[in-house]
Parts: sequence; C-alpha cells; structure tokens
Amino acid sequence: MNTEVAREIRRFIRDELMFGEDDGSLTAHDSLLSRGIVDSTGVLELVTFLETTFKFHVEDDELVPANLDSIENIARFVERKCRACFVAN
Amino acid sequence: MCGIAGIVNFDGLDDRAAAGRMIAAQRHRGPDALRTGSDGVAGLGHARLSIIDLAGGQQPLGSVDRRWWITFNGELFNYRELREELEALGRRFATSSDTEVIVNAYCEWGERCLDRFNGDWAFAIWDTVQRELFLARDRVGVRPLYYTWAEKKFLFASEIKGLLAHGGVEARVNLAALHDIFTLWAPTPPETVFEGIFEIPPAHWMRVSPRGVHVQRYWDIPFADESIVDRSRADDARWLEAMLQEATRLRLRADVPVGAYVSGGLDSAVVAALARRATTGELRTFSISFADPEFDESRWQADVVQSLGCRHETVRCEARDIARVFSQVVRHAERPILRTAPAPMYLLAERVRQAGLKVVLTGEGADEVCGGYDIFKETKVRSFWARQPESPLRARLLARLYPYQPRLQRQSDAYLQAFFQLGTDSSDPFFSHRPRWSLGERLLRVFSPDVRAAWANDNVIERLASRLPSSFRGLSPLHRAQYLETTHLLPGYILSSQGDRMAMAHGVEGRFPFLDVHLLEAAAAWPARWKLSGLNEKSLLKEVARQLAPASVVERPKQPYRAPDGAVFFAKDLDAETRDTIDHLLSPGQLESTGLFHAPAVERLVTKFRRGATTSVADQMALVGVLSTQSLVEQFCASTPRASCSASPFDCSSHPQLEPVREY
Repeated sequence: MNTEVAREIRRFIRDELMFGEDDGSLTAHDSLLSRGIVDSTGVLELVTFLETTFKFHVEDDELVPANLDSIENIARFVERKCRACFVAN
Repeated sequence: MCGIAGIVNFDGLDDRAAAGRMIAAQRHRGPDALRTGSDGVAGLGHARLSIIDLAGGQQPLGSVDRRWWITFNGELFNYRELREELEALGRRFATSSDTEVIVNAYCEWGERCLDRFNGDWAFAIWDTVQRELFLARDRVGVRPLYYTWAEKKFLFASEIKGLLAHGGVEARVNLAALHDIFTLWAPTPPETVFEGIFEIPPAHWMRVSPRGVHVQRYWDIPFADESIVDRSRADDARWLEAMLQEATRLRLRADVPVGAYVSGGLDSAVVAALARRATTGELRTFSISFADPEFDESRWQADVVQSLGCRHETVRCEARDIARVFSQVVRHAERPILRTAPAPMYLLAERVRQAGLKVVLTGEGADEVCGGYDIFKETKVRSFWARQPESPLRARLLARLYPYQPRLQRQSDAYLQAFFQLGTDSSDPFFSHRPRWSLGERLLRVFSPDVRAAWANDNVIERLASRLPSSFRGLSPLHRAQYLETTHLLPGYILSSQGDRMAMAHGVEGRFPFLDVHLLEAAAAWPARWKLSGLNEKSLLKEVARQLAPASVVERPKQPYRAPDGAVFFAKDLDAETRDTIDHLLSPGQLESTGLFHAPAVERLVTKFRRGATTSVADQMALVGVLSTQSLVEQFCASTPRASCSASPFDCSSHPQLEPVREY
C-alpha cells in the first residue's frame, strides 16, 4: 500500500466525511460502513474525490465495498486503477 | 384552538400575576382574548382563538354550580351529540360551547369521559372542592401540554415558553432528550429538551392533588391480528369514504370559515374534495411552492385546485425565506429540528392568517394511518430481500423505492445491502427503523467531547423501548413500524414542529380528518394489503381517492414533503440581518459558549456548505440540527432567569382555606 496515497485518502475521509474528527482510532483496515462513516452520498463523494485527485474513472461495477470500504482497500484500488491508466505506445 | 396555562400551589396562595405572565407568553395561540381565574390555590389562564360560540365561550369557564373550572385548548368535534346525551342525564348548560360539554362530561363520567371524546384536546379542570387538577391530552398528541414544578408549585402550559414566563423555572438543556432528537428525530415523552420540563404524553391523563401526581394512559392503537380478519375490500372502501366524509364534516364545525391546505399530494386532495362536497359556499385553499423542481409540487396543486374550483393562494418559498424565518421557527418549535421543512409551514400559516382565516383542514395522518410512508415499503422489501440476499432483482427494489434520491440509484447491490442493513435480524422489534436511526450516529460527530462522553452510556433505543407498551413486541412488522411512526414521530415532530407550533405561531388551527379516532381504530384492524398492496402504498385510500381527486394526483409516485435544507443558510441573497444571525450562531465563540458542539467539526461542516460541495443527508441534518440547537439555547436559556426547578413531590402539610373562584 502506497503510504502517500493512503495519507491523502485518510485526510479526505477525516475532513469531509468525519467533520475533521481524528482520535487516531480509525485504522487502515476499519470498515467505513461499520464505523458509520459513509452513506449513499458519502460513497459518491469518495468516488468524486478519487476521480478528481487521481485522474481516473470509476466504473459502476467497481462501486463495491471490496474496493472502497477501508483506507487500505481504497489505496489498493487507486494503485490498481493508476497502473491500468498507463498505456505504452 | 387556544393556549392554556395554570399554577397550583397546595401550600399557599397562588401567584396570580404569574398565571397572567404565563398566558401572555402564549398570546400568539389565542390573540382574541386573554383571561385568568383563580381561587387562591389554583390559577388558570386562557388565550382564546374564537372559533365556536364566539360570544359565550370565554375561559376559564366554570360548571353551572361553579365547582369545576376548565381551561381548554382544542376542539371537541362531537360536542353537540355529547351535549344531548348529558342534557338527557340532567346536566345543565349556560353556553353553547364545546368547552362546557367537556366540564359536564367530566363531572358525569370522571376520566372515562375521554373515551367518549372525538377531537383534539389539551385541557385542565380544577376541582375547587376536592382540590384536584385533572389534565388530559388527545389520543395522538395534536395539542401540546407541558408541565413542571417551580419549588412546590405545579405549573402547566400549552407551550414551554408559558412555563418559563412564570419566572421560577430554569431552561437547561436535557442532554438525554438532545440525544433522542438527534437519533430518533423527536424527544421521547415525557422528556423534553429542557431538564425538568415534561410533556403529558398523547393518550394520557394526569391528576395532581395534595396526595401527589398520577399519570395514566387511557387509549392505545388497537392493532388487530390480521390473520383472523375476514372482510370485504369493497365494504371497507365504502366505509372509508363515508367515514372520511363524516370526519371532514365534523371538522368543518366552526363559527368562522374553514380553509384547506393543498400540498399536491393525495391526502390533502382527498380532504379538500370532501370539504368541497360538505360546504355550499366558497372553499379557500392554500399551497407552498418552491423554485427548485426537486421540491416543488405546483403542477399537482394546480390540478386539485382546478378540479375543485377553490379560491386558491400560493406562498412562493425561496431559500432566503427559510433562512430568514428560521429563528422564529425554532422559537415556536421549542426543540431542535433536523430539517427545515417546518419553515415553509410557518410561512403558509402566516398567509392563511393574512387571508383572514383561523382554521384549516389538512391531510396529516393519512400516511401513518393508511400506510403511506416509504419506511413501510422499505421494511417489506428488506424482509423480502433478506430471505434471498443474493438476488439482484430484490436489491434493485430498494433503489426503486426512492426515485427522488438520485444518489441511491448508482449504488451497487453490495452498498445497498449495507445502507439498508440487510444483516439486521428481521425479528428485531425495531427492524423497520434501524437504518433511519443509524443516521444519527454520523450526526453525533459534531458534538463536543464532553457531550459525547456524557452519552457514552446513554442508550436512546433502550429508553424508547422502555416506554413502549408490552404489546408492541407482539405486533406484526408493519404494525410495529406504524406504531412507531404514529406514537413517536407524529406527535414528536410532524404534529408539533411542522404542525401545531407553526400554525399557532400565527393563531391558525389545523384540523386533521385522517386522525379521527374512528378511522384510527378501524384502520388498525385492516388487513395489511389494504395499506400496502405489493409495493402500492395506501392501497384502499387510493381506491376511494379515485372518485375524489384528479388522476394525476392519485397515480403520481409518492413524494414526501421536503424543503430545501442546509444550503439555504448560505444562499447568496440572504439579507444582512439573517446572514449575521447565522454567522453568529455558528461562530466558534458562540459554539464554545453553549458548549454542546465541537467547534472545529462544525467549522468543517460549514466550510463544506459554503464552498457548495456535495452534501449528504447526514451533513444536512447535522447543519440544521446545530443551527436550531444553537438558536434554541440562545433564545431560551441565555435570557431566562436562573432559579431552581425541582421535580419533588408535593408537601402535603398545609392547605389554604378555599376561596370562591374569581374572574378578573
């Protein structure tokens, strides 16, 4: 997991989805759903953030908790997407 | 409808001036006359909105023998029938008011008189001989009634501001009730958001005497086991139409003109059509419209108005108007609110009053009684889906339930499962409401660490569960969901913050044919499919409505009444005063001074709104909740005289000599 990417994701989650709350208890593999951090808008806010920050497009079938429900999952998903974006000619 | 207040002091002379102050603080509820009466132990106050017996209905009103005195807010719709019955029993009357019928009914039948009443009431009757105060509130909580103690004096009033005007009561935030409101959207009775101030729960009476206080429930929704019901749908449809017509006819009883609200939905269209049928003269109707098509229902309102030929007026509600009246809305709601939806209702009532009307009929209650709310359908789909969690078709049903929530439509099945808590055990008695209530967990992040620490061991749902009757757990899932909506959210938010308080802020009385006791009781025994047929809500009512309302209104997808939320407070065209008020309430200094919220969290939330970012339902509710709470504390707590407020029982040691009741 790229720590720079993970830090950026954590910052977004803390500032935008948790009203800035950071008591250090949110671990990289905590479920955002179980912790009551995302709702239906939160997921779309998260996707918009990923698309604008990392410059890729999230397909509808990628909108699943397996990709987006923890900092760790999101970071891996971002890495995977970024690698797939690079096309060698 | 009116405002009432009173004081009982078994230890000595009551403070008559205080009774006057308490009723004067509620003058908006009854601008036509303010009166008080007292016998030295009890003082009663009344602010009158003259609707029935304009000449003779002054209050406090005494029985013919002057033993019992009443102060009454509301309407007894079957008073003419009860009067005949009481006269046949030898009871005498000096006026033609419904108020005197209540006094005589109480003299005749004691607290059992409530079983015979059809109406909306909050009243207090003082027995000058027994020295007992009897208070009662209608079955569903249309009319409010609060009480507290100031030292050893018992105080009651229609509104909390009436109690505070006594001068001996301190307004201090009740953290447990605040927790209830931010989780369940309404406080759980008898608690209010102010410590030591209580409400008499709907369907309860209370007796206060030197011996102490006794509170008792006299009615509950008689849900029947639908499996044993064998009945004809056609018969029930005929009965429903006749019953609604009768309920509407009774609610048109007034010595002043009665108007109607037209929301654009089915329920108000049915009520307006029945009112049209029952009146020969002009019917005046009123609507709200919004610039934002997401909330606006003008098209359907126009269809109803055209089909009935009413004299119609529309209040155009702009975002800036909601922000402008918000402090007033909170002052009247007397509790934090998580939605701005009461604000347009406040503006609508203002227009009704300007138009010269004091009474309006509305469609309130139809969703609770006839099975209209999305939460009922959601519960059904969640149960259905839980039986086959892998079914993609069942998952899509959930998104389809909320066509007006575009963000839900994009979600994957896995996320829908999570949002609608598919994992919840469907035998959980609160299965229907868990997804709604879990939203509250997100809202709690805006509270200060101190408040959150105080809530660490506070279980909102256990508190609610402890106040439900034991029969609740035995109900079917639909009946449980209906029970919660009808006994908690309806009185705690819909009828109060959106209903009574907004209308009475302008001296306007709302009347609700769908909340007639006969309909409440009959609908509780309907088979579930009369309410939800498949996913078709209010199925039996729609059948009746086809004869009464335009097809466009009957067949349109249900749209709950909503108003533009959090963003209105940051609209570009706010007037300077409104902008200053909002900035002030949300400023770090003010947040620190009330101590309830975590200033950095609120600042982040506000920044999100200011920059026009996408905001979630939780963000919207958090913002409106913070603003309303801040406004409430500033308006009620800061300027209130500090004094002790104790809930101790009465000291029975001394009783003053009885003096005759006086009026002045």
